[in-house]
Amino acid sequence: MINKRIDGPTGTETVGHEWDGIEELDTPMPRWWLWTLYLTIVWGVVYVILYPAWPLIDKATEGVLGWSSRGELAEEMSVVDQARVTVREELSRIPIERLPENSGLFAQAVAGGRSAFQVHCSQCHGSGAAGSQTLGYPNLNDDDWLWGGDLKAIEYTLVNGIRAPGVEDTRASVMPPFEGAFDAAQLDALVDHVLSLGGKETRNPAGAQTFQDNCSACHGPVGEGNRELGAPRLNDAIWLYGGSREQVREQILNPKMGRMPHWSGRLDPVTIKMLSAYVWSLGGGEEFVEVAEDPAVEVDEEP
Amino acid sequence: MQAEAALGRVGLWFGVLIISLILAATARDTGFAAHATIIAIVAFVLMWMSAARFDPMKKAQGFFRMPEGLSRYDDDPVRWGVLATMFWAIVGLLAGVFIASQLAFPQLNFQPYFNFGRVRPLHTSAVIFAFGGNILIASSFYVVQRTCRAQLAFPSLARFVFWGYQLFIVLAASGYLFGVTQSREYAEPEWYVDLWLTIVWVAYLIVFVGTLARRTEPHIYVANWFYLSFIITIAMLHIINNLAVPVALNGSLSFSAFAGVQDALTQWWYGHNAVAFFLTVPFLAMMYYFVPKQAERPVYSYRLSIIHFWSLIFLYIWAGPHHLHYTALPDWAQTLGMVFSVILWMPSWGGMINGLMTLNGAWDKVRADPIIRMMVMALAFYGMATFEGPMLSIKAVNSLSHYTDWTIGHVHSGALGWNGLISFAAVYFLVPRLWGRERMYSLRMINWHFWLATLGIVFYAASMWVAGITQGLMWREYGLDGYLVNSFAETVAALHELYIIRAVGGVMYLSGALIMGYNVWMTIAGKLREEAPMGAMPDYDPDKDRPIVRPATPEPAE
Repeated sequence: MINKRIDGPTGTETVGHEWDGIEELDTPMPRWWLWTLYLTIVWGVVYVILYPAWPLIDKATEGVLGWSSRGELAEEMSVVDQARVTVREELSRIPIERLPENSGLFAQAVAGGRSAFQVHCSQCHGSGAAGSQTLGYPNLNDDDWLWGGDLKAIEYTLVNGIRAPGVEDTRASVMPPFEGAFDAAQLDALVDHVLSLGGKETRNPAGAQTFQDNCSACHGPVGEGNRELGAPRLNDAIWLYGGSREQVREQILNPKMGRMPHWSGRLDPVTIKMLSAYVWSLGGGEEFVEVAEDPAVEVDEEP
Repeated sequence: MQAEAALGRVGLWFGVLIISLILAATARDTGFAAHATIIAIVAFVLMWMSAARFDPMKKAQGFFRMPEGLSRYDDDPVRWGVLATMFWAIVGLLAGVFIASQLAFPQLNFQPYFNFGRVRPLHTSAVIFAFGGNILIASSFYVVQRTCRAQLAFPSLARFVFWGYQLFIVLAASGYLFGVTQSREYAEPEWYVDLWLTIVWVAYLIVFVGTLARRTEPHIYVANWFYLSFIITIAMLHIINNLAVPVALNGSLSFSAFAGVQDALTQWWYGHNAVAFFLTVPFLAMMYYFVPKQAERPVYSYRLSIIHFWSLIFLYIWAGPHHLHYTALPDWAQTLGMVFSVILWMPSWGGMINGLMTLNGAWDKVRADPIIRMMVMALAFYGMATFEGPMLSIKAVNSLSHYTDWTIGHVHSGALGWNGLISFAAVYFLVPRLWGRERMYSLRMINWHFWLATLGIVFYAASMWVAGITQGLMWREYGLDGYLVNSFAETVAALHELYIIRAVGGVMYLSGALIMGYNVWMTIAGKLREEAPMGAMPDYDPDKDRPIVRPATPEPAE
């Protein structure tokens, strides 16, 4: 069966078998191929000596370099942590309302806050913090604040969340649903009035009366809102759940009420401080005003 | 006697039908109910076919085209396989273009059946297991008969392999859209579909080994080593990775036998060896037959084929852990995964060298013969992908590339360039021979297909390389203050244009396949396109393309 012959074009001998017309040449393996294969094998042997490689009975060989991926991570993290340690210490010491006075530290806090925001907050508030009107996530770039816009208020919201289940001090309030409370004409008039507060409609006396009776307790007599209750201000052009007639009507009948998770225990206090500084810096931050009727707040005299 | 046998078969299918209907009615989830309904329909058709025929054997031979005698090759399963290959190629590529468009334009997610999460496994399984699997089964049946000079063993089992495999594909594909998945990448079908595939695969092994056993050639040709290692190893990988406990016998949900990092390692031991033993080894088998046949040249080096075969088989099985760099997988396993992947570089290239250098003495055909051109481009992409693979497995590179679109680009330069083009070349080789035509309907259309596919891959791979590196660099970018600069959403937004370019590349590749579909259709219809001639095709004499039949009884000694 063996039928060796010399192949014409290459001048190489065949192995002598044939399958369906296919023959095989007896060409030696290309030297560069073979030597590269040997080289990679030698490299592999050296590598498995240097690094952890072979599983034994109760643990694997550790490699003569003593390298481990956990060790490498710990080392890299400690370098970063050390670089940040002074900043973090200063941040943990300074009361948050004093932060803007130290412009260098404030800039560091904003930079760190921006990074933390991208990781933890942008999913809802958007990477530019513009929120989403259709989904009801507030825009953080404007000066319309549901629960207060000074550094302390922002930090409180971050720590305790909004309507966060199981959190004792969470910011909480409920708007009752008015489904079935008004007849169609009343509802129409009320929507007219709510829209007129921001100048979108002409005034409607009947609606004003309904508003006075049902809504002003929380939203205020002229729709100025109430930050104690997180009741949104209605006499501006900013709408949390949309400003069309249909959207306002829907919100009156079956109110949507947003939730925000609490971040205490999930983020360390310094990161929360940095986040507060970042949100405050976005454009709508308000100055902190000492509230007289709360003597429990002590002003830290340390800079 | 025959009537009794027919009655028995009707009864069998009736039983299957009833069981399927009961399972459909009592199923715990709609996906399982839908699958039971599909089985019931198949059982009903088979029952009806059994009942409707008076002379069962003859009718069965009519539909299933059982071979008559041993003097010709049994090519009907190969013909069906080639048609199934074409069909699933177009389905799979279409699904690919669709999901690529979804990534660029998320509005195209139609909930729930056509969202990205459900169509993506449909795409991967359709191209790998339906398109790839069909051309592998079909070409292996073709090649093993020719290189053994023997008819396919167990013709009825071979038919079962083809139809059983199609049922597996239908159950897998419909399951993804219904939401039936065990969430293991490239092994998404649930436990009952896995069991069915196991049965089909064992039948495939029996047919293949049976044919090898009845060969009239003294030696087993290299292509068959590759096919056999593919069949055996895929069986092992499939069974071990899919070990699972079903929650109930009338529901689709099951839980893996493994947990935690062992589960992840089992999955990627399977996942990487699916690349090795499904997408590399058997496609090299196709290369070892179709390249020398089309070029009419001897294989470059017998010695190289032995060394690269065994080194490839030995090394590939270790490489899986490189999918789990910098995870909970112990460091030692990561080291071994990386080292074996790097050593794998030359054994992989052995196949490319043997393929390309087979053209020694026939390089002029690259200019004239579009099928050879396609094969050469396939080998070039094979070489590129098998260099890129070891490179990406190096931990330092992987720390940038992992989880990015670079991986997607790498996979597609291999899948579209190597698997796609070598399969298309094989189909162009097979169709005129299987249907007894002088040549393909149009050689110029093969050339169009070649250029559309090649340019499509360039668009695809280049955009994904840029996208992957952009993504990797953005994820790890730290500002001067030591904080991460980009949010995840920003890294997604940065890739929008690149995703569009990728989808355009996919459309080009798909349109090449559509031209091929037309070309194959017209060839089977017996038409020849009037066109300026291209390169000469190799000579083919149908009368010589037949098995060697040994006399039933040895000649008496003189």
